[in-house]
Amino acid sequence: MTEQPYIEFRKVSKVFGSLTVVDHLDLTINKGEFVSLLGPSGSGKTTLLMMLAGFEDPTAGDILLGGSVLNRTPPYKRNMGVVFQNYALFPHLSVAENIAFPLKRRGVAKAEIAERVNRVLEMVQLPDQSEKLPSQLSGGQQQRVALARTLVFEPNVVLMDEPLGALDKNLREQMQYDIRRLHRDLGLTIVFVTHDQSEALTMSDRIAVFNHGKIEQIGTPQDIYDRPNTHFVAEFIGETNLIPVKYREGDHSRCSVTTKTGKDLEVTSPVTLFRGTEVLLSLRPEHIELGDSAEGLENAMPARISDVVYQGDHLRADIEVDGTKLVARLGRHLPPHDPGDEVFIGFRPQNARVILP
Amino acid sequence: MTARLGPHLKASALVLPLVLFLALFFVWPIIAMLKQSVSDPVVHNTLSQTSAIAAQWNGKAPVPAALQDALVADIRATTDRQEMGAVVRRLNSAKSGFRTLMRKTRRAIRKTDGPINLGEVDKRWNEVAWWHTIAQASSPYTDRYLLAALDYGRDKHNQIVALPEDASANRTILARTFVISLSVMLSCLAIGLPFAMVIASTSGWLRNVLLAAVLLPLWTSLLVRTTAWFIILQNNGLINSALQALGITDQPIPLIFERTGVIIAMTHVLLPFMVLPIYSVLLSMPGNLMQAASSLGAHPIVAFLKVMLPLSARGIASGSLLVFMSSIGYYITPALIGGPSDQMISSVIAFYATESANWGMAGALGLVLLSITLLLYVVYGRLSAEKKGVA
Ligand SMILES: Nc1ncnc2c1ncn2[C@@H]1O[C@H](COP(=O)(O)OP(=O)(O)OP(=O)(O)O)[C@@H](O)[C@H]1O
Ligand SMILES: [Mg+2]
Repeated sequence: MTEQPYIEFRKVSKVFGSLTVVDHLDLTINKGEFVSLLGPSGSGKTTLLMMLAGFEDPTAGDILLGGSVLNRTPPYKRNMGVVFQNYALFPHLSVAENIAFPLKRRGVAKAEIAERVNRVLEMVQLPDQSEKLPSQLSGGQQQRVALARTLVFEPNVVLMDEPLGALDKNLREQMQYDIRRLHRDLGLTIVFVTHDQSEALTMSDRIAVFNHGKIEQIGTPQDIYDRPNTHFVAEFIGETNLIPVKYREGDHSRCSVTTKTGKDLEVTSPVTLFRGTEVLLSLRPEHIELGDSAEGLENAMPARISDVVYQGDHLRADIEVDGTKLVARLGRHLPPHDPGDEVFIGFRPQNARVILP
Repeated sequence: MTARLGPHLKASALVLPLVLFLALFFVWPIIAMLKQSVSDPVVHNTLSQTSAIAAQWNGKAPVPAALQDALVADIRATTDRQEMGAVVRRLNSAKSGFRTLMRKTRRAIRKTDGPINLGEVDKRWNEVAWWHTIAQASSPYTDRYLLAALDYGRDKHNQIVALPEDASANRTILARTFVISLSVMLSCLAIGLPFAMVIASTSGWLRNVLLAAVLLPLWTSLLVRTTAWFIILQNNGLINSALQALGITDQPIPLIFERTGVIIAMTHVLLPFMVLPIYSVLLSMPGNLMQAASSLGAHPIVAFLKVMLPLSARGIASGSLLVFMSSIGYYITPALIGGPSDQMISSVIAFYATESANWGMAGALGLVLLSITLLLYVVYGRLSAEKKGVA
């Protein structure tokens, strides 16, 4: 990458007592990028964000912003906007006063404050609410106020810690859309913590998948979803079938593996391995194709349907292949199958990926 | 209807013991005390005919003959020496000289059964002033205790005037009570506010330890704590020996029988009442408001002034009021640890109640104390109601 990174974590660790929460972590974020930190509960996402905001000091390593080390800069001098999950609005101040708070701290003139507050309220689509107290607003409105309060002082970076966690589904999707729009229109750099994978997949430029204080994989949503590198990422993002196989031959893109029953399959692999290495094959349910015969199917295998469930826009089938249970996501236009039907399944080599166990 | 009434009745029956208890041991004593402070039945009951006629007298000379005859009749009818003694004491306390006058008059009345010209028994009976005193004392109710509680009295024209400086010191003592209470309140606030913030910002066992440190004094008897301070504050007590050992002073600092000692001990005793309300208000606040303020560019001091302080205002107000109201009624701690010039209004009340058996004065001072407390409470109610209106 030619761009000079805007935010940089260099071998950052955070230890609480005997618990290593962030472990020698390297991460770079470019200006204007939307990066999501995705991972299970307790994997250290919040802690990383808090270190970036300055509320926690790294036990080791450096955090850089625009090339200079931030470690000793107190939070109120970092010019980073933080949107908290509970909004953290000041309950004794009106909406307008809440939003004016960061401007007052920066000594902005009164007239300009009023103007900027109004402008940002328009931006988050909350005009006419400026005199209300936070407690008089709905959850979604409070979320918008929190966002407005962060955007109004044009921070270097916007940090969001599960900002949509407390909202119901519709409101959540609306806010996801609004945040995307603001990110695009204002050219914001956003670090977004979530443990909702679909949220991360729809919103981010890049996703960093966290596990035990380390980044398992970082990449675009397509990278992460289509080309998971580890067992953890493959299982954590979306749904996948993991089939134990042995590596046979090939280079790091196209190769072949052997199943337990000795059948050879054409698949892809991120790395080249020794023949006979035990690996897992990750196969997404929607990549499994179904046929009455082996004809027209790549990697065709005989299978038996054990259950079919109607899911509205698709059918979900439990399939048994050589004693291995697989889940397939099938188009609803397919001819109906009943439990017990003998069929063939297949998949394209580029859709099946070798993963180290 | 019965179905709706039934649970109500049951609920009322459940609180009945409490209501009875409060009525018997809280409301009734207060009413009795209030009655004591305004009642003056001695003359009214014993000199009943005199009282009846005095109530109609316009107070102008000459003294009506009927009034004189009534007094003679009343004195003749009163055979109980103690009853008469109480009347004499009451009259003498209003106007000195009554003791001798009454003794002389009673002797004269005992000598004969016929009519008596009081002016001949003693020339003073010709002066209207003595009759005025009787007339004033003959009402069953009086405001003299209440006036005296605030260092006022009535002059011979029945006008309210300030008492001479040497006659009473209640206002001085009330003022002192306020000064001490205010000092205790402020020092509780100075210690309690940061402490409450520290407790609210901790968690787990540390919070429990800190809370216990506040609550422990509440679980110990007031007398025990005061006695402990009595020992600690001695000239050769813990504090002074420590200060001398550290070389901070070479003379013991006078703490015991001094205002400083009283304030220290009372602050310690009342601290929980400041810490707990503030702590509970802080607990109800989201924990990351200070972080939010900081991320928005507020220096910690600014964040404290603009966010923490306004949000804990209600806790501070109720804590301060609790401490202040408790301390204006304090008795044991100033009595044990303070000197003569540190006694508060309660010790004056105790003096009237237990040592001079002047229930009227004790009641009147109690009423003053009660009114001040109620007034403060109303002010507080107003303030917090306004706060709520905004929030
Ligand atoms: N101040 C602290 N003291 C001790 N342990 C802490 C502290 N803060 C966080 N931890 C621990 O660090 C681990 C990671 O916490 P963190 O909040 O970063 O997780 P997270 O990835 O944000 O999880 P979640 O999705 O549940 O928010 C947890 O096990 C947590 O208990
Ligand atoms: Mg978290």
